[in-house]
Amino acid sequence: MASIGWQVATVSATRDETSTVRSFTLGLPGWAGHRAGQHVDLRLTAEDGYSVERSYSIASEPERTGEVDITVERIEGGEVSPFLHEVVVTGDRLELRGPIGGYFVWEAALGGPLLLVAGGSGVVPLMAMARHRARSGMSIPTRLLFSSRTYDEIIYREELDRLAAAGDGFEVIHTLTRQQPDGWTGLSRRIDEAMLADALEPLGAAAQAYACGPTALVEVVANALVRLGLPPDRIRTERFGPTGT
Amino acid sequence: MDERAQRVAEMRDDPAGELVLDGSSVGGALAALLGADVTGMPGQCASCHTVHLVGTMRVYTRGPGIVVRCPSCTEVVLRVVETPSGTMVDLRGIAALRFARG
Repeated sequence: MASIGWQVATVSATRDETSTVRSFTLGLPGWAGHRAGQHVDLRLTAEDGYSVERSYSIASEPERTGEVDITVERIEGGEVSPFLHEVVVTGDRLELRGPIGGYFVWEAALGGPLLLVAGGSGVVPLMAMARHRARSGMSIPTRLLFSSRTYDEIIYREELDRLAAAGDGFEVIHTLTRQQPDGWTGLSRRIDEAMLADALEPLGAAAQAYACGPTALVEVVANALVRLGLPPDRIRTERFGPTGT
Repeated sequence: MDERAQRVAEMRDDPAGELVLDGSSVGGALAALLGADVTGMPGQCASCHTVHLVGTMRVYTRGPGIVVRCPSCTEVVLRVVETPSGTMVDLRGIAALRFARG
């Protein structure tokens, strides 16, 4: 049972996912590997010794070694995310602890079918699962129901399109809650029980569900899935807290 | 409605329920104290004796420190508070925690 200590990560790349969401590739020479769905803690320490920690889900698949990607939404007034967005550049070093999480994890060996439900940046740990699934080469039937506010705020949109186009049983169902572009044919309301019923139906009663997002959304999803007949032990949840904090 | 039923109702319906997080979210802080990632481990509530994975327990971090509550009865399972002189860990609410071998 390895203890989890702080280690130094070096930022090796950054990539904008949307106007407020950026991914960071963190080089970790001593990284012992992770499971899809796990997170890391980052610690920032000021010169006067004040330090602050935040948890960020790992976005990259376990098949990539020696580095992890995290995807960070910039939270106005936040202590850590504005620093990561505005100050951190390639070559910078960050203190990191992890990987953490023995519950909200999925491995290809666990099989499926899989129902993934995300609100906003709650898609990040589910993306690690989708990437892991793709790399594993297993055609596990998987549907991602993904709620975003607007089209431009869909995180990983192009990569999700590519994964869905691969024709190996991965589907994405987008819903846009705030604004829809002209000609939008997808869903345009908050995730509700009817939407979950439609998403779950083709996967059947043996599906495993993973839901991640703001606490209010995750509560709605977990309660609805139980009412739809999914056993509670096949519904795994990760709550981010209130929306917009 | 007795006090516990009241709390259960609040946990389910109160808008402040938005503040609740999962046990997974404090896995790193607990690992620093307990020596291992316990989020995938079963823990037994000392109040109602129900066993839940620590990662599925209810966590509140908005107050001073970390409060972990039982998802079944809402009683406090453990508390962690950082003070200038050290870290206070209150484990009264947890009857047992099973560490996996390996």
